[in-house]
Amino acid sequence: MKYMLLFMSPLVDGEAVGNGCTFEDWIRYDREMKDAGVWVSGHPLQDLTTCTTVQVGPDGERTITDGPFAETRELLGGYDVIDVPDLDAALDWAARSPGAIGTGSVQVRPIAEIDVPV
Amino acid sequence: MPGEDAAVGSSVEAVFREERGRLLASLVRRFGDLDLAEEVASEAIEAALTHWPTDGVPSRPGAWLLTTARRRAVDRLRRDRVLATRLAVLRAEAERADHAPPADADRDLPDDRLALFFTCAHPALAAPDRGALTLRFLAGLTTAAVARAFLVPPATMAQRLVRAKRKIRDARIPFRVPGPDELPGRLPTVLQAVYSVFTEGYAASSGPELQRIDLAEEAIRLGRILRRLLPAEREVAGLLALMLLVHARRDARTGPDGAMVLLDDQDRGRWDRQMIEEGRGLVVVALTGPGPGPYGVQAAIAALHDEAADVASTDWPQVVALYDVLLGLVPSPIVALNRAAAVAMRDGPAAGLALLDELADEPRLRGHHPYPAARADLLRRLGRWNEAAAAYRIALTLVGTDPEREYLLRQLRSVPTE
Repeated sequence: MKYMLLFMSPLVDGEAVGNGCTFEDWIRYDREMKDAGVWVSGHPLQDLTTCTTVQVGPDGERTITDGPFAETRELLGGYDVIDVPDLDAALDWAARSPGAIGTGSVQVRPIAEIDVPV
Repeated sequence: MPGEDAAVGSSVEAVFREERGRLLASLVRRFGDLDLAEEVASEAIEAALTHWPTDGVPSRPGAWLLTTARRRAVDRLRRDRVLATRLAVLRAEAERADHAPPADADRDLPDDRLALFFTCAHPALAAPDRGALTLRFLAGLTTAAVARAFLVPPATMAQRLVRAKRKIRDARIPFRVPGPDELPGRLPTVLQAVYSVFTEGYAASSGPELQRIDLAEEAIRLGRILRRLLPAEREVAGLLALMLLVHARRDARTGPDGAMVLLDDQDRGRWDRQMIEEGRGLVVVALTGPGPGPYGVQAAIAALHDEAADVASTDWPQVVALYDVLLGLVPSPIVALNRAAAVAMRDGPAAGLALLDELADEPRLRGHHPYPAARADLLRRLGRWNEAAAAYRIALTLVGTDPEREYLLRQLRSVPTE
């Protein structure tokens, strides 16, 4: 079963609040997932200054805006997709990530499998 | 007509309710799907109700039910390829997770109910849903009965159960007993689910009745099952002890007119001595060894009340000491409130009131009627009538059940006007 782990951090005045974990912490976590054979895919994301929002109106017209929606309170800093037997295992990997500590949090979302593999 | 027929009917129903949880757990373990398990368990019980009265009860009724249910499930899977494929994937994943096999029980079937307890009370489920799932699947109550238990319309409860079952299935909440290293982290939600059923029965949060005995007894029954399944866990003993020691006072807790009778005024001769003895034995189990847990300590407090001949001779210093321990384990303003009431008994109302006033800004006590009610009581004992009346009025705006409201009204009326 595949789960996406979404690494979230709070946004205050448009700035992401860091939780103190280092680049090395993430490298180590990445290595652990790969060694355990559970890692499927994943990426860190660039910061919000590079974000652009696209919306297409009913008339087909595109609206392109700099940044995320104004109301955004949380920043998605990156994600990993893992393949593990059940939710307990997924929650365990989420808890071990550097993104889960301090002000950070991890959302665990099961991947919707549309075609059931035979 | 009802008399005898109704008694036979309800005893058969009780047998199947007990059997249903075991059957359901075995089927979930085998097929990995709660919905399928529920469906075929019901069919097997229906078949038993048809065949047993004429053919006689089989020598191994549990095995008969399981075999019948399994056949029905296999039939279903033959007809429904999509379901069959999904369950095959589930089984493969379960093997991959290498979960521990279930322990055999002394009955004619292995008992898989412990795993079902942990699924129903999984922390990834909303807390109110955990109690509801536990009542539905382990106590074997119908959805309508679970709805009555939590005082919500049946359609609302049905929706909540469907949503929770969907999360169990789609997010793949596992059906397994956590390993020894995980157990301390996972047991509290299981105990909480059972205790939430008990507290809803003991002090119904709203409605015309003060206590709903049947629900409290359901919770005690679940507590006994857990105690058999986890004999080494002292907090399980503590929870069962707490429920027994509180439930032992049920008959004295309401007057003949349904009015609430507080601990101080209860006829202690009407307390259930046998239940108290059982509870006291379990308190010893719960407190023997290092680091007692919150249920064990609360049970010990309940035992001190149950052992005392009256309020005055209650061992209040010991009650306060236990509340100190409890406050260390569960730093909650509700515990602090109860501790303040005990201090008032030990050191007098002024000492208790000072502690209560320190809690005035606690957000969790805002809207909690026992807080103003406790203040009102101490103010009254201090002869501060106007303040007492004001506090009773605040409590009256927050109280949920009719008997509690009537009690507070009686108290308010008895306060002299200055």
